[in-house]
Amino acid sequence: MAAPIGRIVLPGDTFSFEQLQPPDEHKKILLGPGLREEKAEIKVLRPGILRFRKPAVYWIDCHHKRYIPAKGDSVIGIVNQKVGDIFRVDIGSSEQASLSYLSFEGSTKRNRPDVKVGDIVYSKLLVANKDMEPEIVCIDSYGRSSGMGVIRNGGFLFHTSLNLARKLLNPQCTLLKCLGNRFQFEISVGVNGRVWVKAGNDVQTIALVNSVIVSEFKDNDQIKEMCKRISKAVVRMEID
Amino acid sequence: MASKNGAQLSKNVLQMKFMQRSVLRMEKEQNEEERQKIIDDEHWALDLPEYKTKESDFLENQSYSICEELLFGRQSYQGFNPEIEKLMKVQNAEKEAQKSEQKEKEESVGDQEMAQRYSSLMGIIAKKFSKKRQRSSETKSQDEEEEHSRKKFMKPSE
Repeated sequence: MAAPIGRIVLPGDTFSFEQLQPPDEHKKILLGPGLREEKAEIKVLRPGILRFRKPAVYWIDCHHKRYIPAKGDSVIGIVNQKVGDIFRVDIGSSEQASLSYLSFEGSTKRNRPDVKVGDIVYSKLLVANKDMEPEIVCIDSYGRSSGMGVIRNGGFLFHTSLNLARKLLNPQCTLLKCLGNRFQFEISVGVNGRVWVKAGNDVQTIALVNSVIVSEFKDNDQIKEMCKRISKAVVRMEID
Repeated sequence: MASKNGAQLSKNVLQMKFMQRSVLRMEKEQNEEERQKIIDDEHWALDLPEYKTKESDFLENQSYSICEELLFGRQSYQGFNPEIEKLMKVQNAEKEAQKSEQKEKEESVGDQEMAQRYSSLMGIIAKKFSKKRQRSSETKSQDEEEEHSRKKFMKPSE
């Protein structure tokens, strides 16, 4: 029996290696969030939909509100505290992440980055271990910022479910492209469910935030329809 | 060094002040040899079954961004933030290059197939470079062979 891809699975369900092995290919299988190998069996840890991607990636897609740090994720954090050489940053996980002042682009021991308590930072998780404090950085492996760092100059930060954040960043989702065709704006999405939006004026910002929040359970056609309506409404309000 | 060469320096020479360093070194070498011997004699091993490290068929990864191939989270539209838009362009170009590379791999001829095809081509190309007389003789000999095999006297059955 093949694995029930696209169907609901529950914690405690088990699969054998043969069930997950894609036919005619002998590659290592990548187990994503919600799955774990235990004694040559695959155990489901979370209730949700079993997803599959080529070549051999499996994961569980389920509704989340609390973020669980994972290595390599891009998140938006809020700087809470300055402790000696590190900042404590709230990334929505059970524990605050640490961010060294040296892990900013161009920073040295003498030249400290300009980060204050209350700033929001776009960063990447470097250490994510279930027994350890997560650590985030604002540079890539080449020492460049590549879009990470403190997000300045206003804008609006709001929280969504983790599903919605992932949906926004999915290459198949049209929401951001649709909005991009109609508005001039900037958006930062962290997979920890935080979204920061900045647009030309308040009316546009509010409209963008609402359209993002509302689009959680809409498909691509509905999203296109909604974008059309919103842009019309915004134009009317801006004239008034 | 001295001991290896067989020629030993005399005691009197070794006692001189400028020879003290080499004396020390020689002593050290001797000590080392002795120690080596002791270790060789007392070399021990654990009497345990061999530790098996079985390679797992699975890799675990707890990140949704890798599983779902999510886009980079910072985006800007219609030139609101030129810096971010430049980054987006670079990343999109990289992704497309990767995709086209993959496509090329699937569509293009594999190494083995290439080798096979070339080996069959070799004969044809070699013919092209051989002189006309050689060529004709080659073909003649082939024809003769064929004729031999074709026109054989069949013994009539009585």
